[in-house]
Amino acid sequence: MSKLNKISAALMLLVWNGSVLHAWSKTIRVGRQFGVINIKEAIRMSAAGDTILVYKGVYREGNIVIDKPLVFKGIDKPVLDGVNKYEVLSVRSPHVVVDGFHIKSSGQSSMQDIAGIRVYNTHHVTVRNNLLDGNFFGIYLQQSKHCVIEDNRLLAYGKAEHLIGNGIHCWKSDSLTISGNRAQGHRDGIYLEFTTNTRVYRNVSHENLRYGLHFMFAHHNTYTFNTFSSNGAGVAVMYTHHVHMQNNTFKDNWGDSAYGILLKEISDSQIENNRFSGNTTGIFMEGASRIQIKKNEFRSNGWALKIQASCMENQVEANNFQGNTFDVATNSSLVLNTFDKNYWDKYEGYDLNKDGVGDVPYRPVSLYSMIVERFPAAMILFRSFMVSLLDRTEKMVPGITPEQLKDTLPAMKPVRL
Amino acid sequence: MISIQNISKQFGKFKVLNNVSFDCGQGQCIALIGPNGSGKTTIIKSILGMVHPDTGSISFEGKDIASDWLYRNHIGYMPQIGRYPENMSIGQVLDMMKDIRKLPDSQIDHELFEAFNIRALLDKRMGTLSGGTRQKVSACLAFMFSSKALILDEPSAGLDPVSSEILREKILAEKKKNKLIIITSHILSELDELITEAVYMQDGSLRFHNSIQQLQKQTGEGKLARAIAAMIRQQDLQAAKGHTAILTAVK
Amino acid sequence: MKKMIKYIIADILRSRIMIAYTLVLLAISFSVFAIEDNPSKGILSLLNIILFIVPLVSIIFSTIYIYNSGEFIELLVSQPLPRKTIWLSMFAGLAISLSLSFLAGAGFAILIYAMSATGLIMIATGILLSFIFVAISFLASVRIRDKAKGIGAAIMLWLYFAMLFDILVLFFLFQFSEYPIEKGMVALTALNPIDLSRVLILLHIDVSAMMGYTGAIFRQFFGTGSGMLIALIIMLVWTVVPLGLSTIRFNNKDL
Repeated sequence: MSKLNKISAALMLLVWNGSVLHAWSKTIRVGRQFGVINIKEAIRMSAAGDTILVYKGVYREGNIVIDKPLVFKGIDKPVLDGVNKYEVLSVRSPHVVVDGFHIKSSGQSSMQDIAGIRVYNTHHVTVRNNLLDGNFFGIYLQQSKHCVIEDNRLLAYGKAEHLIGNGIHCWKSDSLTISGNRAQGHRDGIYLEFTTNTRVYRNVSHENLRYGLHFMFAHHNTYTFNTFSSNGAGVAVMYTHHVHMQNNTFKDNWGDSAYGILLKEISDSQIENNRFSGNTTGIFMEGASRIQIKKNEFRSNGWALKIQASCMENQVEANNFQGNTFDVATNSSLVLNTFDKNYWDKYEGYDLNKDGVGDVPYRPVSLYSMIVERFPAAMILFRSFMVSLLDRTEKMVPGITPEQLKDTLPAMKPVRL
Repeated sequence: MISIQNISKQFGKFKVLNNVSFDCGQGQCIALIGPNGSGKTTIIKSILGMVHPDTGSISFEGKDIASDWLYRNHIGYMPQIGRYPENMSIGQVLDMMKDIRKLPDSQIDHELFEAFNIRALLDKRMGTLSGGTRQKVSACLAFMFSSKALILDEPSAGLDPVSSEILREKILAEKKKNKLIIITSHILSELDELITEAVYMQDGSLRFHNSIQQLQKQTGEGKLARAIAAMIRQQDLQAAKGHTAILTAVK
Repeated sequence: MKKMIKYIIADILRSRIMIAYTLVLLAISFSVFAIEDNPSKGILSLLNIILFIVPLVSIIFSTIYIYNSGEFIELLVSQPLPRKTIWLSMFAGLAISLSLSFLAGAGFAILIYAMSATGLIMIATGILLSFIFVAISFLASVRIRDKAKGIGAAIMLWLYFAMLFDILVLFFLFQFSEYPIEKGMVALTALNPIDLSRVLILLHIDVSAMMGYTGAIFRQFFGTGSGMLIALIIMLVWTVVPLGLSTIRFNNKDL
């Protein structure tokens, strides 16, 4: 290796590692009023650490590949048009910033996952302030680490689940930050698979065809202050452990098999301070264990909680259950979960010593909800007079509903959250 | 005018009418008498088409009534107990009946209506009326449509003496118009001078059907009540004789 | 006939029970809509009450009315009228006045607060249920001579349709849960006008999402225009058949 090569390699390293060498980096402007009108040309001209400013205009350049550390910034939302054919932007280098573009009309394919912006096997990439409109996948990260996806707006117009990709799709990635994004009309708003140590916060995911948020085998992730509303099936969390879900809002996920959250094979997680309202089912749990469901508000859901027989050692504590059709449903008579200190608006007990805790336990599972779990067709008797009569009788003399499924310390007033 | 032929009727095990036949002619005033449960009311109901006899037939002016309802245009009926929908006013009841009969106003007989002074009560609801007033309404309805035949079931029951007398006068007047009048009554004395024929029923069978003259001649009694009592005694005596005759014959 | 029906209606509408019925419905429906800010929730709360009260009052009130009108009916029969006319006029009088009471009591509130397809269906089912249960009461009271027994039968019939039938449905479900019975359930609801009404209304409120696969089958069947038509026909059959049978019986009945 020659001396010169060694120096340039050292320089490159410095560039990668920070802005120390900004003094050497240059800025290339792209636009009709500048010498450079072509983005690809600008990238070719640029060196690592350079900034490319793309000015207002429509750029139809097929697939644009960023293969060196660049700040790639749009001024006045220039349009990068994939003309329904190409993956619009491919990031194949670390330390890339993509900021301020309007990226639209990526190709659609059932064979490949074509995205508006795709980040390949790299790290420290930031995708920020972009509008992604009518792409198959919005932002796609694969095997990437320490990337930041923030404040993007993702819009798609999917007609059917198999005809559209996900909004933000992360696969085999780690330590990502996904925040302040808004995804709408995709298959899943935000999708994480084999993605770990990631923080997802302050995103809004609504009216997506399938799930607002979907993660599988994605451990040690934190989801906070997100809003998931009116998605085809709510939020699904599968085969994952150590998840923190806090201060999220799950609402209006209303449909035949829609859930606020669908938990499947989840363990050692916290669901705290969330709001579930207007969902067919607030939380559906299957094979879930050691989950703390604490200080959440369940309001006006069809079922607030559906706990299948395979769930154990879950704690449901200090939540508010208000205006739900069914508070808790289960298909098992074995109770392996604990309910404590929740507020149930259907509680009819009394509090003689005025300590704010009801003196008789509350049984949140109604007979009818048990029947429906076992014989779904019995739902046809929903709201019939006979059903309310059965429930009343069962409340007075429990025979079929699980004896141990009860809140022994029901709160008399809604819990302050 | 009304011809009853061999009608029998059974309610469950109880035989209410047993092969009863008799004719009622125009211009007659017939008393239908007999103890409670003798079948008087059933006969009246059969004539009015409320009860369908098991066997036998009834004809009105020669036409079988079984398949017909128009003949009832010619019958005025005063029921024993007149109960009307509680919140209907007298005016509404009268209006409704007029609507059913469809008789021109000129042909409507308002005599009882005036005599009972129903006009003053037109807005009263039926539920608030006394039994006597309801009877007056029933009587009014029966006579209102100048029907050829009148069937009065215990007409004086519940009426005060004055109204009773008014009604009696009215019956007499109608009789003179050559109408057929059939009356059932417990109080035989009030039928005196009113009726021309008596039909006596017992245990669902016709005991006898005689004109008044015949009755009086046969029994020598002037008063209806006595004549009938005597007649029954005579018949019982004959039956007993016949019975002993048979018994002796058997011996 | 028209005049007769008119006066019967006037009579019934002035009865104390009927006024109470209207006022109770009025109070309930307005308070339900006042408490529930969401009109479709109000409809849902009102649903139970209507499905409970309307059949009950319709069947009991008209049974009692028929028995109490015994003498009046006799008087009418003695008039030059075909019996069919009398019977059908009584039916029209009762069914129309019960429907009017329902309209004034509940329909009014529904129109004000929840003027929607669901609201209109609810009003329609309320009226149809009034007609059906009057027809059923006619069948019961024409077959049973004794008033006390007749009222007892009316109560039993109401109990059957309001509750016992649903218990039978549950039993049926338990017995045949291994089979694909969802379509059978559709047929089963046709056997009870109260259930049919309830399902029709639930399908139009979005709680149908909670009804899962069975709900989907029902929506497929009753959700379409032709399904609604079928439902309407079933309800009409429920009116016409008992009424027809009772008319035949009344035609041949000894009073």
